[in-house]
Amino acid sequence: MTRRIVVVSGGLSETSATRRLADALGEATLAALRERGVAAEVTTLDLRPRAHDITNAMLTGFAGTSLQGDLDAVLAADGVVAASPVYSGSYTGLFKGFVDLLGQAAFDGTPVLLAATAGTARHSLALEHAMRPLFSYLRALTVPTGVFAASEDWGGDGEAAGALASRVERAARELADLVAARDPKQVVDEFDAAPSFTQLLGDLRRG
Amino acid sequence: MQLGVFSVGDVTPDPTTGRTPTQHERIKALMAIGKKAEEVGFDVFALGEHHDHPFVPSALTTMHAYLAAQTERLVFSTSIAHITTNDPVHIAEQYAMLQHLSDGRVDLMFGRGNTGPVYPWFGKDIRDGIQLAIENYDLLHRLWRTDVVNWQGKFRTPLQGFTSTPRPLDGVPPFVWHGSIRSPEIAEQAAYYGNGFFHNNIFWPSSHVRRMVGFYRQRWEEYGHGPADTAVVGLGGQVFVRPNSQDAVREFRPYFDVAPVYGHGPSLEEYMRETPLTVGSPQQVIERTLSFREVVGDYQRQMFLLDHAGLPLTTVLEQMDLLGEHVLPVLREEFAKGRPAHVPDAPTHASLLARKEAEGLPERPAHESRAALTHDEDEEVSA
Repeated sequence: MTRRIVVVSGGLSETSATRRLADALGEATLAALRERGVAAEVTTLDLRPRAHDITNAMLTGFAGTSLQGDLDAVLAADGVVAASPVYSGSYTGLFKGFVDLLGQAAFDGTPVLLAATAGTARHSLALEHAMRPLFSYLRALTVPTGVFAASEDWGGDGEAAGALASRVERAARELADLVAARDPKQVVDEFDAAPSFTQLLGDLRRG
Repeated sequence: MQLGVFSVGDVTPDPTTGRTPTQHERIKALMAIGKKAEEVGFDVFALGEHHDHPFVPSALTTMHAYLAAQTERLVFSTSIAHITTNDPVHIAEQYAMLQHLSDGRVDLMFGRGNTGPVYPWFGKDIRDGIQLAIENYDLLHRLWRTDVVNWQGKFRTPLQGFTSTPRPLDGVPPFVWHGSIRSPEIAEQAAYYGNGFFHNNIFWPSSHVRRMVGFYRQRWEEYGHGPADTAVVGLGGQVFVRPNSQDAVREFRPYFDVAPVYGHGPSLEEYMRETPLTVGSPQQVIERTLSFREVVGDYQRQMFLLDHAGLPLTTVLEQMDLLGEHVLPVLREEFAKGRPAHVPDAPTHASLLARKEAEGLPERPAHESRAALTHDEDEEVSA
């Protein structure tokens, strides 16, 4: 069964560095899965064009049809690449808004690769003190290597670019290992999972 | 098809004038809307129970009794009454009394309703919401059908040899609808008892409403109440109507833009696309409302929200005149077309009484629930 990798890119500008990093991680993950003989496909969700829908969903309590489709894609993912720019030492509000809409169970046991971008390397720990605790709270299975890219990592200098490429590759391998080792995700339909009335009454009695 | 008006009785500033009605004005306005509902030809009027700011309808049976005394034909319901934080004994007696005083013109829509902070005001905990809904209704069901009740449950004091007073009119309890926006457990509950299921509908995309109602219909059939299309379904909807659709949009937009429930979020146009909100001409209201049947199948009750978000009473009454004259007759005619003969109408006191007399039997009892909630004879049997 084809595994589904969803790449969430929280970049706020068009053609953002975050999207570039997210794409690289998605492609590397696909390649690593291919090496392991696992068929997979990648879906990439840019949050910028969804910003209004995300705010609307927070205010109205329901996601519009298009955004709901995106949320469902994450809920069904076998593995997730979560990438955000660093603002004020942490992921963006837009990124957190999207995660909030997914609900507490969305990442439960799901392999997640964390990635972040920023203007300088001084923000690199945002991955470890902001992104990772968020996904630990959500009980995601975060891969050990987080990938951070500052401006200098994209520079022409062969050494820096090569270092980023090798980090991308290592993190993608780690994500691919976790995805390949697990059964394809089964999305539980809330109506199929609903207890029967007899169960509902039985629970009361035991309570 | 029953067509009705439902209100939550919010006290909201009119954004075009900045003026907030007093609670007294709003309560009187709700009564004016109720009387108007009968005058222009609606079948049902329902108030939603609230105990928190900025809502006023805290004492539904008092409000509905006031209206019952001044109307002839209108049926009173609730949108919704709380099955979680009200004592089922109190509900049984209050609504049986209303049933007598209104000559059977009462039914109930139940829901969990409250927000977290409200539960403790009534000695409850929101984390018990579903369980309270299950146990409380189970007791209410018995109180209306069994003259002498011995009962013990989790959430209230046991009853020994208790008879709720008055007994339901003609021995026929008010019909009950269970309302939920998103909990399959409540649709399950409605199906189990053969009761109605109401989806408020107004804040949700139709794909979700379709699933909830579909689940209820499927479970209704599985519980042996008849084919899925005979289940009893009600929907909400919200409209703002003017003879000319551009006028409707222009007049309603300032109310929509700052309304407590959806203001500052999606545009009016986005919201109309994603939910049943219809702002436009009578013809647009007719077409949109008829389209709900494509989502949930032939259904029995359509309620309209008309009076929220600070709309002044005169504007609300004008809406009702337009709906009464141009919309309700067409909806009745069109909903009747193509409707299979075996799909029942919404139950009324008269139809329930006729069924009782024809069958010579009480309404479908809930044997299992009775067994599970009493500590009588069957503790071991079903454990």
